[in-house]
Amino acid sequence: MDCQRVLSLMDGYHDHELDLTTQLAVEQHLANCPACHAISQRQQALSAALAAQARYHRAPPALAAGVQSALDKIDAASGTNLRQIPRWLSLAASVAFAALVGSGVTYWLTGSSQEELLTQEVIASHVRAQMVAGRLTDVSSSDSHTVKPWFNGKLDFAPPVLDLTTQGFALVGGRLEYLANRPVAALVYRHRQHLIHLYVWPATDRPNIAPHALTRQGYQVIYWSDATMHYWAISDLNADALTSFSQRIQEQTTAEPTKRRLPTPEDLR
Amino acid sequence: MHHPNQRAQFERTVLPHLDAAYNLARWLLRNDADAHDVTQEACVRAYRFFDGFHGGNAKTWLLTIVRHACYTWLKQHRAERLTMAFDEQQHSSESSGPAAGNTPFSASPETLFLQAADRRLLQRYLEELPLEFREALVLRELEGLSYKEISAVMDVPIGTVMSRLARGRSLLQQQLTGHSERET
Repeated sequence: MDCQRVLSLMDGYHDHELDLTTQLAVEQHLANCPACHAISQRQQALSAALAAQARYHRAPPALAAGVQSALDKIDAASGTNLRQIPRWLSLAASVAFAALVGSGVTYWLTGSSQEELLTQEVIASHVRAQMVAGRLTDVSSSDSHTVKPWFNGKLDFAPPVLDLTTQGFALVGGRLEYLANRPVAALVYRHRQHLIHLYVWPATDRPNIAPHALTRQGYQVIYWSDATMHYWAISDLNADALTSFSQRIQEQTTAEPTKRRLPTPEDLR
Repeated sequence: MHHPNQRAQFERTVLPHLDAAYNLARWLLRNDADAHDVTQEACVRAYRFFDGFHGGNAKTWLLTIVRHACYTWLKQHRAERLTMAFDEQQHSSESSGPAAGNTPFSASPETLFLQAADRRLLQRYLEELPLEFREALVLRELEGLSYKEISAVMDVPIGTVMSRLARGRSLLQQQLTGHSERET
């Protein structure tokens, strides 16, 4: 493959959109051609800078509310009388929604730097685990009944370990990790060639955070918490695939409630 | 016309992509208030046409409608030249072939870049990119869409997606390196 051809394929190469043979041919060329290699590195740096620094404009809460009331008007105009009965209900729901969004915003403002710190910790852990051979899992098994008991006695909580093989997410194993100033469970899943880390620890501090998605350095991160646990999922998968992974987890963790840890003196203060 | 179930289904499948919708509109229109109005209008439109949505990718479906609404808005307000408005004279590079790469192999281009590309600059350069390159980059780099999905949203062939990304990135790189050279 010559330089010109490689340059024409450079974007597809970086975006992982080439077929495997072409991808490998480009890779081989880059290993042997300093000039193309330099261009490739610049491209990578640009993507990283964009992902990290270009602003993602989230919909303001007023927009979500505006959309809801516009839809209400359409429903009312189209004469669905059924809608009118639960009107007060929907009003109550939108108040609840606004409260939820409001609390999310407060959390975002006060917690944003904390969130960013934790995000960086999660990314570092995800990357480091793949850099060193043998670091990825302490217990390697696709059987959740092997992985789950392994955590017994190593953590002060029992993380939910789910079998999502039929949904396309194969369990690879688990290990201990240290995040957010505490030991946490790191569960490793695989989707095609992509690894997913799911970090789990008790959510005594901030239970019931609605799912929140971030993109950092080319990685997708989704975090949320239910009544008992924090969940942080990270992968180089695309956003949709990781969202679908996190939804599977959410569905199944609410179906199978996790054990709460025993209260500690700190909790009672 | 709309069954209550349909409202629920719309809220479940389409509205989760409100952030993506707003982000696209905000980058295309470059103004909070306009992006707010156009996104809301696009959602209303999506709801009216929800009957015509038979499963599939709800995100690209909504983004297609949002993009269309943005283009309509831009045409009406003539706020943007829809054609290539980039100053080719000023920003054109010598051929971007490998011979032109004047970054030495040993120097870390990353450092060069990331120093130059402080948030405001990168933000500004991306905002100043011509519309068709800007939207491709936003959909790819910020939204993480695949070429196939971008091609559906922008209604162009995949080859065009790739060439717009390539052109957009090379324009951005010229801006950034141009800036770091001026600085030093």
